[in-house]
Order: sequence, then C-alpha cells, then structure tokens
Amino acid sequence: MGDKIDEKPVLYSYWRSSCSWRVRIALNLKEIPYDIKAVSLIKGGGEQHCNEYREVNPMEQVPSLVIDGHTLIESLSIMHYLEETRPQRPLMPQDCYKRAKVREICEVISSGIQPLQNLIVLIHVGEEKKKEWAQHWIMRGFRAVEKILSSVAGKYCVGDEISLADCCLIPQVFNARRFHVDLRPFPIILRIDRELENHPAFRAAHPSAQPDCPPEAAK
Amino acid sequence: MTAVKPQTILYGFWLSSCTWRVRAALHLKKIPYEERSVDILHEKAQLTDQYRAINPSQKVPALCIVLVRVNISSDGATLVESMAIIEYLDETRPEPPLKPPSPLQRARMQEICETVVSGIQPLQNIGLKGYFETEDKYTAFTKYWTERGLQSLEELLTKSAGTYCVGDQFTKADLCLVPQLYNAVTRHKLDLGKYRTVSQLYEKLLKEQSFEETHPKKVRNSN
Repeated sequence: MGDKIDEKPVLYSYWRSSCSWRVRIALNLKEIPYDIKAVSLIKGGGEQHCNEYREVNPMEQVPSLVIDGHTLIESLSIMHYLEETRPQRPLMPQDCYKRAKVREICEVISSGIQPLQNLIVLIHVGEEKKKEWAQHWIMRGFRAVEKILSSVAGKYCVGDEISLADCCLIPQVFNARRFHVDLRPFPIILRIDRELENHPAFRAAHPSAQPDCPPEAAK
Repeated sequence: MTAVKPQTILYGFWLSSCTWRVRAALHLKKIPYEERSVDILHEKAQLTDQYRAINPSQKVPALCIVLVRVNISSDGATLVESMAIIEYLDETRPEPPLKPPSPLQRARMQEICETVVSGIQPLQNIGLKGYFETEDKYTAFTKYWTERGLQSLEELLTKSAGTYCVGDQFTKADLCLVPQLYNAVTRHKLDLGKYRTVSQLYEKLLKEQSFEETHPKKVRNSN
C-alpha cells in the first residue's frame, strides 16, 4: 500500500444522509483526519448520478470513503474496515456476545429502519403517504432497539463504551425527529441521545456542522 | 448426574431468506440445531406475544444458543439479526472461516452483504404486503427494488468474484447472495440472465452442499 496510507482519506458525504453521518462519527471518534467532498442528493436530480461521482463510485451512493488507495461503500462495511485497520479507540467490545449485541442494534437500524425511510424510497411511496410510512418503520424499529437496550445498555448502547451502535443510533434519532415521531416511548434511546449530543466527535459530525449544510439549517 | 446440554434452536421460516442465511451457516459450521417454524406468511406467528418475548423485532430468524465464554458458566442467550448471528458463530466457532483474511477483502464481502441485507431484502419482504393498497402495487415495489439491487450486485461481483463472491473462498457474501436470488427468481419472477456474474455464481452455489441441504424446499417438507 506504501504511499497511499499517508494520503488523507476522502469521504464523499451528504450533510443530512444518516449513513454518511455514521461514518463521520466513526472517523471522528477514531481521530482519523479526513477531507469531505459534498455530494448533494437533491441538486439537479442528485449529484451522485453525475459522471464525476460515478468515476469515484459507480454504485452512485453516499457515503463512499477513499482510503488506503481504495474506494469503500456501505457505511457498516466502512466502519468495520476502519475498526480493523485503525484499532485505536476501539468501537467494538472485546466480548463476542457484546459484539453480537452491537451488531444487532446496527442491523436493526441499518436494515430494519433506514432503508424504509430513506429519500429515494419515500419518493416511491409518494408525498401523501411518506410521513406515515416513515413514522411507522421508525417506531417499529425503535421499539426493537429500546428492548435490546433495556438488557445491554449502560452509559451508551452497549455497556459504558461508545460503539458502532451509538454511531448508528444518533443519526436515526435525528431522522425520527424530522418525521415528528413521538420519542417518549423510548426513554433509553432518548437518554443516550442526550448523553452524546455534546460529545465533540458527534457534534463535529452533526449535519448542521457540515460544509454543505444550507445556511437556514445550520445551528 | 449428566448435565443436559441445551440445544441450539433456530426460529425461522422455510420461505425466509434471512433464516436460510443462518441455516446454511449452521450447516457449514456443523453446529447441531433444531429449527422451529414461525409461520410469518399465513399465521403471522411472529406477531404473537410469545414470539415477541424471543425477538422484540418480531422477525425471523432468532437463534437461541449457549454462549461460549471462558471461566463463566454458560448461559443460553437469544441472538437476532442474521448478520449479527452469523458473525457471532464465526467468531466463536472459527472453522471453516466465513471471512477472508484481509481487511480490504472483508470490506468487499461486507459491501455485498449490506447490498443484500439493507439494499434489497427489507424492500421486498413479505411483511410489506399489508402496507400497499393493492397486490399489484406491492409487487411493483418489491420487483423494482430487487432489480436495482441486482444491478448493484452485478457491479460489485464483477470486480470481486472468483470461484465465490469474494475471490476463491466461501464467505458470508455467498450466504447472503443465494437466498436473495432464490427470492428474485421464485417470488419476483425476475430473469437473472441480464446479470452474467450473478447468474453464474447462483447456478454454481446452488450445488454447494450447505445450500442444498438447507434449501427451503427441504425445510418446508420437514416441517
């Protein structure tokens, strides 16, 4: 790999994409410096479809991370790659069972909630129904997450160390609020969200702190 | 007194692609297990309180297994989410390994897995049916997202595949691919011919013992 290791990673990201946000948090937590190249999912039908971006990632998705001379996609895959290649500030517990619990929470969110409420799916569901649809899937997923947390959460999702589960949860809570989901039935989720709100790694990764955040949305 | 060894119990359904992934992994790792059918199609058994106590997500699969712990008495525990289950099995019963050795190859494997488990499966599962006004609308939706996913898989696999999805080693990516393609062909009536690498891999992988022995048709007949 040689020289490539010294090149700063580049994250292609959209300010409000929860999948991009997960990776931003993980990079920040592991103190990996990186550059951001913003890709608007909205402008001109979506910049992810343009030729320039297709050369980076033919799958036309965000996030993608150019690191160690390779382009990686899929947020969970990217986060696990970072975990394996940059083991400082680990984001996975040592114990196999706890690791399974972190993965459970990540998967409930990344396959049970997010795909059903992401931008392009909602366009298909239609303007009239999209809010109800999104709320339904978020609530269903959060009920499951809350239940898992009731047996494994400590200060954070799994015990008292921040993990990939927290990286997935916080962006999903933001989305839940966007869709006006009543979060009162999820006290543990709310507590963890509050706990991490002011953590520097999470703050720096927040949509409102992104270079492509529109001025009206910045805090 | 001989201690009675708790059994490994897989709660699943013959038609569920997520269950098939885990069933094939258990078979590969030669882990004895009992499968208990949760009829998610007709009876909606996943919605009962009894099953909710096993899996709060009300989905299949769920795996009840004795935890492998050192110096601590083993407890039974329930694991959910097929990817979390399979990774736990791989970490605690490492033979044969279901991951390639290098981080980059693992990333390529996970890209394929996630394309299936979050890019296709959730947008075509049986549980969505009730949320559409008509059967036609449901069919159109699930077919569309499966096609999109197949296009992505063809792109990824063209670069990564050797004998298997990632090089020449059977991995989690193969475990995810086959059940999803089975759905594409049987449930969504899609023609895989357009996707050269995908269809070649599918044809070859179906003959693997781990998929033959755990095939939905076999499971359906035994339940």
